[in-house]
Amino acid sequence: MSDRVLEKQFADLAHQSETAELGMWGFIATEVLFLGGLFVAYSFYRYLHPAGVAAAASHTRLVIGSVNTAVLLTSSFLMSWASLAASNGEGRRAARLIWGAAGLGLVFLALKGLEYAEEIGERLWPGAAFSLDTPEPRVGEVFYFLYWVMTGIHALHLLIGVAALAAIGWRAHGGVYSRAYHSPVRVVSLYWHFVDIVWIFLFALIYLPGRSA
Amino acid sequence: MNGGIPFLPQSASSVAGEFDVLFAALLAIALAMLGLVFLLMFRFCAHYRRSNRAVDRTGREKKSWHWEVGWTAGSLIVFLGLYAWGADLYLREHRPPAEATDIYVVGKQWMWKIEHLDGQREINALHVAVGRPVRLVMASQDVIHGFFVPAFRLKQDVVPGRYVTLWFDPDRIGVYRLYCSQFCGTDHAAMDGMVSVMSSGDFQKWLAANATGGSLASRGAALFRRLGCSGCHAPASGVAAPDLAGLYGRRVALRGGGAALADEGFIRDAILEPAKRPPAGYPTVMPSFAGQLDEEQIVALLAYIKALPRSPQ
Amino acid sequence: MTVTTVAELPHERGGSYLTDGTTLASWLLTRDHKRIAILYTLTITAFFFIGGAAAAVIRLNLLTPEGTLVDAETYNRIFTLHGVVMVWLFLVPSIPTTFGNFLIPLMLGAKDLAFPRLNLLSWYLFVASGLIVLAGLIGGSVDTGWTFYEPLSSGYASGALVVVLLGIFVNGFSSILTGLNFVVSIHRLRAPGLTWYRLPIFCWSNYATAVIMMLATPVLAVTLMLVAVEHLWGVGVFDPTHGGDPLLFQHMFWFYSHPAVYIMILPGMGVISEIVPAFARKRLFGYHFVAWSSVAIAVVGFLVWGHHMFVAGESVYAALVFSFLSFIVAVPSAIKVFNWLATLHKGAISFEAPMLYALGFILLFTIGGLTGLFVATLAFDVHATATYFVVAHFHYIMVGGMVSAYFAALHFWWPKATGRLYPESWARFAAILIFFGFNLTFFPQFILGYLGMPRRYHAYPPEFQVWNVLSSAGASVLAAAYLLPLFYLGWSLWRGARAPANPWGATGLEWQTPSPPPSGNFARTPRISRPPYDYPEPAA
Repeated sequence: MSDRVLEKQFADLAHQSETAELGMWGFIATEVLFLGGLFVAYSFYRYLHPAGVAAAASHTRLVIGSVNTAVLLTSSFLMSWASLAASNGEGRRAARLIWGAAGLGLVFLALKGLEYAEEIGERLWPGAAFSLDTPEPRVGEVFYFLYWVMTGIHALHLLIGVAALAAIGWRAHGGVYSRAYHSPVRVVSLYWHFVDIVWIFLFALIYLPGRSA
Repeated sequence: MNGGIPFLPQSASSVAGEFDVLFAALLAIALAMLGLVFLLMFRFCAHYRRSNRAVDRTGREKKSWHWEVGWTAGSLIVFLGLYAWGADLYLREHRPPAEATDIYVVGKQWMWKIEHLDGQREINALHVAVGRPVRLVMASQDVIHGFFVPAFRLKQDVVPGRYVTLWFDPDRIGVYRLYCSQFCGTDHAAMDGMVSVMSSGDFQKWLAANATGGSLASRGAALFRRLGCSGCHAPASGVAAPDLAGLYGRRVALRGGGAALADEGFIRDAILEPAKRPPAGYPTVMPSFAGQLDEEQIVALLAYIKALPRSPQ
Repeated sequence: MTVTTVAELPHERGGSYLTDGTTLASWLLTRDHKRIAILYTLTITAFFFIGGAAAAVIRLNLLTPEGTLVDAETYNRIFTLHGVVMVWLFLVPSIPTTFGNFLIPLMLGAKDLAFPRLNLLSWYLFVASGLIVLAGLIGGSVDTGWTFYEPLSSGYASGALVVVLLGIFVNGFSSILTGLNFVVSIHRLRAPGLTWYRLPIFCWSNYATAVIMMLATPVLAVTLMLVAVEHLWGVGVFDPTHGGDPLLFQHMFWFYSHPAVYIMILPGMGVISEIVPAFARKRLFGYHFVAWSSVAIAVVGFLVWGHHMFVAGESVYAALVFSFLSFIVAVPSAIKVFNWLATLHKGAISFEAPMLYALGFILLFTIGGLTGLFVATLAFDVHATATYFVVAHFHYIMVGGMVSAYFAALHFWWPKATGRLYPESWARFAAILIFFGFNLTFFPQFILGYLGMPRRYHAYPPEFQVWNVLSSAGASVLAAAYLLPLFYLGWSLWRGARAPANPWGATGLEWQTPSPPPSGNFARTPRISRPPYDYPEPAA
């Protein structure tokens, strides 16, 4: 089994596993810069129009957002556990945990979908039909524009993560992973945690402005 | 422009002379460094070519530290000197003298519209008097344009949504090219014109010959009444609206804390986006005029408001 | 460097990486970094000629002041195509995806890069991006220039713009994955004994390039995505009529696009650092300084983007800081030039085509870099920005520098990659022709810019004609010179003499393999114990 997965440019499995992890860290660094650009645009608008942003943000759905945050945090917990299980060769347990995390990811997406549907119904989709009852509706439109883009990109990343989890869950179930070889679980787990951390930042920036009043 | 091959642009502003000295210094330094590189390369390639067996190649330099520090420090010193000189001139190019006359410029696809305070209007042309500094207050109707006069060695991008300024002191009579320097669409290259620097007497004659019967501020005053601004902002109105007399240049306390300088940009924002920086102590009842006014009309209103004398208090 | 276990694999039946598998599928589904490098070479060559054709139309149109060869809108579409294709489909990938892919595993003593399948994916993404971009540029009317300034691009451009932006977005992913592959490979796949300070400078340069690719490209992706979404739904992040800020676009765009120019030049500098020692038969002078100067350029290169905005409306304080840092970033480049010259001192120099290209690079890059000092000087840039002065400046670096470096690399490693020797006289002739054609094309543009001719003009005042005609004449020489290698290099594939493993007598692990190398590179992992550029000292 391990011979089949060892690629010729690596000295041994440990070498290959470390390299794969470094690769995922590198990829995460690029994602930080990608989302960083959006955060910069967001921060720029918030700095220039604090009242407008706070007023627009108060129309976000705090309950759904908070529930989603709890959902993702739980899923990350499950993935950490899954990583440990995979490294101990406990394939079945790892598979259940991984699929649990993937399931929670789907819950997140479903709730997000509900949220999006409500917001479209309230004409919060930017464009000619946009309407927001605050003193600075144009600022609100930019806020919501960034909201759709940032949460949309996050959701896309989450969806890709769910697919990746499903795939490694299946392989874990089949007993592919062992103490010697479990780096795919670690690598996907890293990605999943990253997506979770991004959500925490998004939650703070999108749902919380203006709420402390 | 005679039939000769042009190498250097004309010089017609107070900064052009100093600019050309800076350029000459840059050129001299660059040629010296390039000359050094070329000569060393040529010398080494000739002297140390492989077929030249007689030359002594032993005793090659091993330690590179002193060379590295040497040429790095040398480069840095030269570079920082150039930086300081360029920065100093640049800062002065951004400090207009108090006596500069304002002239308004609106750039749009694909022409420059110039508005003198006394009401003269020009398209793709700008007439000024020699020796009298001018401060251009510029706005764009649509996309980013660039106001560029090579003979002045000055350029400023004109960005929509705000005012930008460019000042110059024309010091030679003549006619000089004006270009749009920021790509703005299909006829970007057609957006050129001429700046005419005239003697004082000729300029007065030009002003008289091109008068339109009303100053820019009077056009603004007419708009002010027609749009209903005086309904709230006249001192005798019953509505709580700020008195605009003497507003320009004053510091205005903002609602929610802080203060802003009431410059051209502030006044423009107040007309188009009153909720953006609302003044303290007034309710938000002013409507936005976004979409109802083009840049030239806003410029007229601006000229009117700037010209309002301070109230006697 | 001495390799204690020289592993020259006997050519198996089939032989080298070129002959191991001859079906189309064996090429299109390859995981071999060398084959992927060949795939990239063919693709970027095609894109180079497309971008070059656009340049030809530009220079032909500018022969007359009225500029009536094509109408204004067509001219604007053509310079947009020229910029987009040359930047993203040629310069950014050029040396990394071709010579980087081919050589880095060899130079590391490895059998492949860390992630071979990712490497192939990068190539497919690249090809897809090129097709999408060209579909948008040729099928629709995109005339914003390669810089897509707002609000011109979201409010005033046609829908094909979104197609082009999508293509560049995909191209960015290709770039990011290649960068990731290089960084991880150089960290993790170095052969035993190959410490960082024993790596060839080509590896240091490509490492620095790869870091920039990874960190800067995502910002471009996000910026262009925002422009596309704004264009499609009319909401203003950048459009002032919707409450947005055009200058925010410029900051975000240049935050990528300035480091991008270092993505474009650093690999070329790495190539020169390989060629000069090889043809001077002498260790590279100041190895540590040259190595770290690549890192310095990458780091400081992220801090100077505002020098594209000195007249755009950024604050004077920002301008002061950016100008200062722009002077600082010039220092490591100057360090490289001095070290290359010092390498020549007491060398034993020969002048084959790679060396001619390398020497041309040093001169042309120096001119380009020195004129960079001009435009870094604040007051000078007020006059010169957006004129042909800047156009000449960046073409001296990108074309005079980078394309020369690419041709230098092409000739230096041609025997290794193809197993054939190219005809030396033709190659030297082409190198010299390129040097003269290039200077004739671009030097007059410095004068035009200083006189005040703005860029992106399809027509101009008559007093500028003489310089434009000279420039266009040079362009025709350059075009011929660029076509020459296509012919004699192509000829060499068919009729060139077979190349030995090390035709130049150069140091470096890649020269320890046969020409062309076997698929697995090394039968046994080499063990390194000597410093790089270990040319023998001459006898007293």
